Amino acid sequence: MTAALLDARQVTIRFGGLTAVSNFNLTVQSRELLGLIGPNGAGKTTIFNMLTGVYKPTEGEIYVGGESTKSLSPHQITSRGLARTFQNIRLFKELSVLDNVKIGGHIHYKYSGTSAVLHTNRFHAAEDEAEEQAMKLLEIFGLDARAHVYAKNLPYGDQRRLEIARALAARPKLLLLDEPAAGLNTGETLRLMDKIHEIRETFELAILVIEHNMELVMGICERITVLNFGKTIAEGKPEAIRANPLVIEAYLGEPADDETMV
Amino acid sequence: MKRWWIRDFVYLIAFVAVLYGVWWVLEYATTFWPAMRYYNRILVLMGINITLAVSLNIINGHAGQFSLGHAGFMAIGAYSAAYLTVFYFGPYVAKFAEGSTQSIVMQNVLLLVAVLAAAAVTAFAGYVVGLPSLRLRGDYLAIVTLGFGEIIRVLILNIDKIGAARGFTGIPTWSNFFWVFFFAGLTILISNRLVNSSVGRAFLAVREDEIAAEAMGVDATRYKVKAFIIGSALAGVAGGLFAHYTPAYLNPTMFTFIRSFEVVAMVVLGGLGSISGSILAAIILTFLPEALRVVKEWVPDSAPEMLKRDPRMVIYSIMLIVLMLTRPQGLFGRRELWDFLPKRKDRVPDEARDTEDNKMDRDAAPPVT
Repeated sequence: MTAALLDARQVTIRFGGLTAVSNFNLTVQSRELLGLIGPNGAGKTTIFNMLTGVYKPTEGEIYVGGESTKSLSPHQITSRGLARTFQNIRLFKELSVLDNVKIGGHIHYKYSGTSAVLHTNRFHAAEDEAEEQAMKLLEIFGLDARAHVYAKNLPYGDQRRLEIARALAARPKLLLLDEPAAGLNTGETLRLMDKIHEIRETFELAILVIEHNMELVMGICERITVLNFGKTIAEGKPEAIRANPLVIEAYLGEPADDETMV
Repeated sequence: MKRWWIRDFVYLIAFVAVLYGVWWVLEYATTFWPAMRYYNRILVLMGINITLAVSLNIINGHAGQFSLGHAGFMAIGAYSAAYLTVFYFGPYVAKFAEGSTQSIVMQNVLLLVAVLAAAAVTAFAGYVVGLPSLRLRGDYLAIVTLGFGEIIRVLILNIDKIGAARGFTGIPTWSNFFWVFFFAGLTILISNRLVNSSVGRAFLAVREDEIAAEAMGVDATRYKVKAFIIGSALAGVAGGLFAHYTPAYLNPTMFTFIRSFEVVAMVVLGGLGSISGSILAAIILTFLPEALRVVKEWVPDSAPEMLKRDPRMVIYSIMLIVLMLTRPQGLFGRRELWDFLPKRKDRVPDEARDTEDNKMDRDAAPPVT
């Protein structure tokens, strides 16, 4: 059997005295659609940051395609097939929409500075391909008409879509989406759900979604992990998660006793 | 296989021919109008400043690493090129008869060798200075590079072989309008082609958001050091050419941090990240102090003593302040001159595609994080 796309084993991270995440386990197989949910401050984004190498876990190990990421920097992990979006959109604001996506494909269209200055054949081939691939991605997200607009001038919903397009340009095997529906209205969220399904089919990749929006998570994820205070409190299929008393407690609080109800 | 170099080669020949023609005209003008020597000199200094500003723009404007050590890089280039010509190349050329074809050819070839060697030495210095930029950013990096520039100056001040505080004399005057503008053109070409390539996009990504750039697979460390190496090598070229231009005298006081600030002022004035802005600002800031010399003659005799001395630097400073107040983003901001020209048809204008759907998006969602 081939190694899992992503395998996090007993991952713990402490910031000073605070244990942000403890003993977190997660395995992602190819083409899975997983959800990671939990109340605010449960450690979801911290986990994303560990998976992508921004933070190094205090204990435990993360394997990408069977390779430990202990000594890899974020850009190396990206080149191993992991790409992400950010909770608080981090586009390259002063660059055009097209350039944002081209930078997303950086690892595939690299060439030396000498090639760039001399405009060698290699330069032309790489640039033509980068442009073509980027435009294809923009078309999928309906952004092709605004390819030459500065990213900062895009409306909010388009910025979220552009972030996904940019991450896809890296041709990841696993796409990490950090609250893709934050700030979107209901209609946009529904369209986003369709889009996420469509992306998985077209690009044949696995997707891990962090989300607050229960509708979205329950609607698209095949498996869900629930976090609270850095600990995994439940794991399983959406129906099971919906019925899990621990999850209900984490989101709604403890059920009140009949006697105190008076 | 397409022969990619043919077009560039033709352009190069054309560029050299035009440059040579202009140089000849400028030199010829001095024969019947001696004041032209003065204007030629300003032109050459302008060319050197363009090279400096455009090269610093790669580090400060494109890669976003605020460096204040450009005078240091220039000094390294100037002194290492001069060292080669004074102790090795000069004596060699002196063997040929003055003004003979051999002598002239060797002068130019060896100047080229010295300048390229200076670029290599400065590139190495850029690498060394680039390393702390991996850990530091913003103001902290600016202070480190400022310190670097001063270290270089003080080092030179204490090396007797290159003149120490007396200054470095006896440098052959091999540099001229042609070479200065040849390398200025080359610097602009390199900078422009880099920024429109994967390398330049990586620079810009690091400037915009380092964490996002890393997440996109851009090796931020590598590209920051790369920007320092390229930018400083080109500053070394400018230094090498400056050293060999009349009066071909170097002194450590020429390379204080004030010189660094002058170059930073050019880049900021032109617009951080704008190549054409840097060029225009370099031209303005070289020409303006000279043009303002006439002001002194306009001051009436009844004016206070203070104004009569030399009001030009006061006016120069006021003009800078007014310019930065009215256009804090610099002359061109982050755009280029050609961005302001009418757009080509295949380009979609910014707001032309503002459909109903997009407008709804914008109104509906406040950015919640």
